[in-house]
Amino acid sequence: MNVIGPRREEMAAAVPARLPASLDLSGAPRWGDTIATAARDLRATLRLWRLVWTLSLFDIRLRYRGSVLGPFWLTLSTTIMIAAIGFLYARLFHQQIDHYLPFLTVSLILWNFISTVTADGSTCLTQAEGMIRAMRMPHSLHAARVVMRNILVFAHNVVVIVGVLVIFRMWPVASVLTILPAALLWCVDSFALSLLLGMLGARFRDTPPIVASMMQIVFYLTPVIWNPAMLMHHGIAMVLVRLNPFYSLLEIMRGPLLGEKVEPVAWLVACGYSVILIVLAGGVFARARGRIPYWV
Amino acid sequence: MIGLSADAVGVTFPLYHGESRSLKKTVLTTAAGRFKQSSRRGLAIEALRDISLSLHAGDRLGLVGANGAGKTTLLRLMAGIYEPVAGRLVVNGAVTALLDPGQGLNMDLTGRENIRLRALFSGYREARIRQLQEDVASFTNLGAFLDLPVRSYSAGMIVRLSFAMATAVKPQILLMDEWLLAGDAAFMEQAQHRLETVVRAADILVLSSHNNDIIRRWCNRVVWMDEGRIRADGSPDEALAAYLSPK
Repeated sequence: MNVIGPRREEMAAAVPARLPASLDLSGAPRWGDTIATAARDLRATLRLWRLVWTLSLFDIRLRYRGSVLGPFWLTLSTTIMIAAIGFLYARLFHQQIDHYLPFLTVSLILWNFISTVTADGSTCLTQAEGMIRAMRMPHSLHAARVVMRNILVFAHNVVVIVGVLVIFRMWPVASVLTILPAALLWCVDSFALSLLLGMLGARFRDTPPIVASMMQIVFYLTPVIWNPAMLMHHGIAMVLVRLNPFYSLLEIMRGPLLGEKVEPVAWLVACGYSVILIVLAGGVFARARGRIPYWV
Repeated sequence: MIGLSADAVGVTFPLYHGESRSLKKTVLTTAAGRFKQSSRRGLAIEALRDISLSLHAGDRLGLVGANGAGKTTLLRLMAGIYEPVAGRLVVNGAVTALLDPGQGLNMDLTGRENIRLRALFSGYREARIRQLQEDVASFTNLGAFLDLPVRSYSAGMIVRLSFAMATAVKPQILLMDEWLLAGDAAFMEQAQHRLETVVRAADILVLSSHNNDIIRRWCNRVVWMDEGRIRADGSPDEALAAYLSPK
């Protein structure tokens, strides 16, 4: 049996593979081709949403495997932190607790989402090195996994938000619908941000610590634990706050949740920054996508 | 039409990370040939150079060559993992690459969870996933281990798991590194039949091996890789004779 020709046989176990059937890759692609390949990558990630969901679920399950409370540690630790910080800072900032605590709860939980998305995003490709080098798969899937995982974490914290709103008898029924477009914008933005930071993190290994320390600074500069109303009489500071992309993104989610009206300018700024982010992430992805396996 | 063609393909690894400066020194003295200094990108390794090759249905290609000759990189290129830096690669057909037993497995997840992920990647639904899990379970005899993290498996168990997972899909183009054929005797006996059916069913096989008996047994064409280039491409007898002849 020296030479084995292709002979079709019945295979009880085997099922036909449903992998991408064809591939045409050039060492010097034209712009049109790179954009088309990047778009195919994104579409493949969308098609594999079941895989993204399961990966994210396993990520969270793994983190708490063997623990008694499991993922409810997420809920519990958020509750403890908000209770501890809330009463102290209400005093420090001379705020009424029934206004300040709901504000702080919503802000901190939303900020937690942003900061973990940036941290996880900057390592999303380097962490997936094993998968990337084992088989051809869409690279944007790893960014989608970061977003999905953090949405699941957020879902555990929504319990705290609901609890606080019930305790302080706030019913943001009228504005609750405007959460939907804001949530959609958040999903798209965090996906673009993860993808961009993931590529930067794969190419430049200093990215994760830089992002971490930047986000720490941004946390203090952005009205997360302090209310922007405290700056009302300082015109120039207020302008700086309004131009902060994280402030406008927080506002469009925080406003409806607290039953407050969102300034149209916040939406404008949020959308403006989002367009810049999406174009930047898309451009870098189209250009650098093929290099990712070489970088990780 | 199932096929694979590479036209003057080059693959270059950039050396961005690590101690590139001291690495540069050692590297330039030992293997000057394959390192090139590009002004913009710094130091780079030319892992594959000017690879032109075309495969059609029925081809069973064996890759031979010394360690570091670029065999595994060529397999990764054909799998679409590394995209060419120069030239053009066209692949028509569903590719499965069996490169490394542990690769693509999440060591912290259980065997069953790993199977689910692989099945979801192939686009399977719940019924198909169950079927795949059953199939892998009965083939590997892992029993209760299938519900334990892969980290707790022995090396042999990991080989069995990845082998069963990889051979459960029927690829049109099958790319294999030799680890699959180098299992222990008991496993090989069990695996032989399953492997043969998968290999026979594949339209194109590319197999990288150091074992010339394996190459002679499975392949009808051999490419000799040397320092990232194709040194010889022909029938097993010709190419192996050239490869084995004293220089």
